[in-house]
Amino acid sequence: MTRLLGVLLMVGALYAVDMISFPTAFTTDNHQILARRLGYYGVLTLGVGALIVSGGIDLSIGSLVGLGAVAFGYLMSEKHWSPLPAAAVVVAGSVCVGLFHGLLVTRLRLQPFLVTLCGLFMYRGLARGLSLKTINLPHESVQPRAEWLREVLVSDKTLGFPHILWLLAGLTVLVAVVMHVSVYGRYWYAIGYNEQAARYAGIATDRHKIAAYVLCSTFAGIGGVLFLLEFRSATPSSAGELFELYAITGAVLGGCSLRGGEGTVLGMVLGAAVLPLLSQICNLSEHIGSELEYTVIGGALLMATISNELVTRFSLRRARA
Amino acid sequence: MTSTSPLLQANGIRKAFPGVQALDGVSLSVGAGEVLALLGENGAGKSTLMKILAGVYTPDAGELLLDGQPIHLRGVADALARGIVLIHQELNLADNLSVTANLFLGNEDLRGGALGWLNRRRMNERARGLLQRVGLEVSPSQRVGDLPLGQRQMIEIARALSQKARVLIMDEPTSSLTQRETERLFAVIADLKRAGVAVAYISHRLMEVQQIADRVVVLRDGRNSGELARDEISHRRMVELMVGRDLKLFFRRTHAAEAAKPAAIEAPIRLELRNVCYIRGPQTPVSFAVRGGEIVGMAGLVGAGRTELSEALFGLRPLTSGEVRLDGQAVSIRSPRDAVAAGLLLAPEDRRQFGLVLEESVQHNLGLPNLDHNSRFRMVSLRREKGMAQRLCERLRVKTPRLSQPVGLLSGGNQQKVVLGKWLVRQPRVLILDEPTRGVDVGAKSEIYALMDELAATGIAIVMISSDLEEILGMSDRVLVLHEGSLAGELPRAALSEQAIMHLATGGEAT
Repeated sequence: MTRLLGVLLMVGALYAVDMISFPTAFTTDNHQILARRLGYYGVLTLGVGALIVSGGIDLSIGSLVGLGAVAFGYLMSEKHWSPLPAAAVVVAGSVCVGLFHGLLVTRLRLQPFLVTLCGLFMYRGLARGLSLKTINLPHESVQPRAEWLREVLVSDKTLGFPHILWLLAGLTVLVAVVMHVSVYGRYWYAIGYNEQAARYAGIATDRHKIAAYVLCSTFAGIGGVLFLLEFRSATPSSAGELFELYAITGAVLGGCSLRGGEGTVLGMVLGAAVLPLLSQICNLSEHIGSELEYTVIGGALLMATISNELVTRFSLRRARA
Repeated sequence: MTSTSPLLQANGIRKAFPGVQALDGVSLSVGAGEVLALLGENGAGKSTLMKILAGVYTPDAGELLLDGQPIHLRGVADALARGIVLIHQELNLADNLSVTANLFLGNEDLRGGALGWLNRRRMNERARGLLQRVGLEVSPSQRVGDLPLGQRQMIEIARALSQKARVLIMDEPTSSLTQRETERLFAVIADLKRAGVAVAYISHRLMEVQQIADRVVVLRDGRNSGELARDEISHRRMVELMVGRDLKLFFRRTHAAEAAKPAAIEAPIRLELRNVCYIRGPQTPVSFAVRGGEIVGMAGLVGAGRTELSEALFGLRPLTSGEVRLDGQAVSIRSPRDAVAAGLLLAPEDRRQFGLVLEESVQHNLGLPNLDHNSRFRMVSLRREKGMAQRLCERLRVKTPRLSQPVGLLSGGNQQKVVLGKWLVRQPRVLILDEPTRGVDVGAKSEIYALMDELAATGIAIVMISSDLEEILGMSDRVLVLHEGSLAGELPRAALSEQAIMHLATGGEAT
C-alpha cells in the first residue's frame, strides 16, 4: 500500500511540475503525446513486471521490440502480407521466444540474466539480418489496412483518450486479474518470494515460471507491432534500444523488487508513467536539457529505491514492535 | 579454579524476537579453566544466549562482564578481539576453499605489510599443528567441501583454537561427530581447561555432559531453571530441570500398544518402501513399512541421511531402484507435486527456507497448496480461503494478530503450526515430519504433539524424523535408526531407550 501511495505521489508531483512550469505542456496535444507514450511503455512494463514478480528478469525486451517491429514491417512491405496476419505471426513468434527463455531457465537451470542477455544480442542481430535499411509502415496506396490498424490500435480517440491508452487499460485489467485474482498470480508471487517453498507446496514451479517468460515476451512482441504503428518506421539497429531498461525501471518504480515477489499491477502502470513525464520535463526545461535525461532518470530510480528501502525497514520495525 | 571471579558473566539478559521472548532475564557465568554445560530443550534460549555472549546479537537488556568489567560487544569481530569465540551449531566453512584457507579465514598470516601477500608456507605449517591438536589426519591443502561432516566440524574447532580463545563457546559440537572424534574433542577441551580457557558447552547429550561438565546451567522458556554443581550432576536432575514437568503429560501420545488397542498393529500398511535406493543415497537399499495410525520415529545423528530419505520420498531426489507403495499401490513420485497429489506430505526441517513463504500472510501460506479447493474457474475465492484459514487457525491455536500477518513475524511454534496446517485440509495419507518441533517453544511443542496424536488416530501414517531423543522416545510407536544413510535397525516401543537408539545410531550392531 505504501509503495503504491509513493509512486502515486511521484507521478502526481511530476505531473504538477510539468504542467505548472511549462505553458506548452498544458495543452490537449501534449496530453495526447504523454498518453501515447504511457500506453506504449506501459505495455512493456506490465509484461516485465509480472515476470519480475515471479522472480525472473528479461533483458531482451528492447531487441525483441526491434525484431518485432522490423519483422512486422518486412512481412507487410516485402512479402505483401496483410497487417493482421503479419501482426499475428510476430506475436506468435514472441510467444515462442518466451517459451525458449522459460525452458532454458527452468530445464537447464540457466541464469535468467544470462539467457536474456544472449537474447538481447541475438534478436537485435536477427532484426538487422532481416533488413539493413529502415522499414516504414507501408503507405495507404500499398497496404490500406496498415493505416487502418494504426488508427484502431494507436491513434484514434474514444472519449478523448487515444486507443493505445485503452489498449493499455485492457491489458492492465487482464494482467491485474491474472496477478491479483487468479491462482496463477498467487503462485507467481509465492515463487518470486520463495521458489523452494512453492515447490514444496506441490506447485509445478517450472511451468509457472515458463508462463511468466511467455507473458513478458508476448507483451514485447505486441510492443514491437505497436512500435511500427506508433512511430511509422523502425530502424533495425536501434528500434526499441534500451526499452528493456525503461520497462524494468518502470516496474521497479512501481514497487517491484528485483528479488521477486513484490509489486502490484497498478503500481507498474503508474511506474511506467514516470519515465515519459521525466523525459518531457528534461526536454522542456532550460536548466536541465535533454542531454541530462538519463542522469535524471537514474537519479529518480535511485531515490525511489532508497526511499523504498527506508520505508520497508520502518514498517518492518513497526510490525515487530 | 577461580570460581570467585568469573571470567565472563552475563546478568539479567533479555532478548525478544518477533513474536517470542527468547530470553527473559537470564544470568550465567563461567570461570577460567571451567567447563560449563548449558542445557535446555529446543527453544529454551541456549543458542540465543550464546550468540549474545559472542556478539552476534545485542541483548535488549542486561549486562555482560568480562574480567569483572562491563563490556558492550559491537559485533563478532569485537568479541573475537576480546578472546570470545563461538563455534556455531551450523558449520560456517567455505566449502570451496582449502583447510588452511578456512582455518585462517579473515585472520591470514600476511607479509609485505599493506601489500597483503599471503604467507602460505607459514599458514600451512600452523595448520598442521592445529590439525594435529584436534587429531585430524587430513592435508592442509585439501578442499573442505570434500571432507565428511564430522571432520569439517573438527576443522571448526581447530579454527577456534587458532584464535587464541579465552572463552570458547561450543553450540552442540558433537551432534555430527563419531564416538572417536567426540573423545578427541574432549581431550582438546581438557587441554584448554588446563590452559585456563573458559569453556561454555551446549549439548543435548546428557551422558557427555556428565562426563565433562564442571557445572551445569539449565534454561527453560528463556529463564534460568536451575544450576547443578559437579557432584549434583545426574541424568535425572538434568531432565527434571529441563522439562520441569512430568514427561508423560508432556508427550500426549495415546500409545496404541499401551491402551491395549491392537488396532494399529492390524491397521493396513499405508506407506511401504521396497529396496529403495536414491541419488546420492546409501549403497544398501532401504525397506520399511508404516501402518495407518502409527507414528514411526526416525532417529540418527546429524548427517545420517534422514532428511535425504524424506526428500527421496517427497519426489525431490530421483529414485534409482526399488519401489514406494501407498496403500498397497506402487506409486511413481517424481516431484513434490506428484507427492502432494498422492497424499504423501512433508513438513520440511528448514521451514523458513522450504516450508513457508515468510513474506506472505498466514492466510496465503495456509492457502498455497489448497488453491484447487478454494478457487472457481481458476479464480481464487478469498471468502472460502479465509474461512479455511480461520478454521485451521482455531483448530491449531495459531497465535496471530490477524490472518494477513506475514508468517515470518510469527514465533517458531506458530510458524510450524502453519506448516502443518496447510496440509490438513488435503486428507493426508502419509505425513513426514522432519524435526517437527525444532525452534518451537515448549507450549506449542506440547500442542504439536497432541495434534500428531490426533492425526494418527484418524488413520494417517506419520514418519517423525527427529534429533530430539526425548521426543523420539515420547512419541514413537516404533523407531527406525539410520546410520550413514542406511537403516541400522528398528526398535519396537518395548525396546526403546536412549542407549539403544544411540547404540544403533553410532554404528553399533543391531542385537
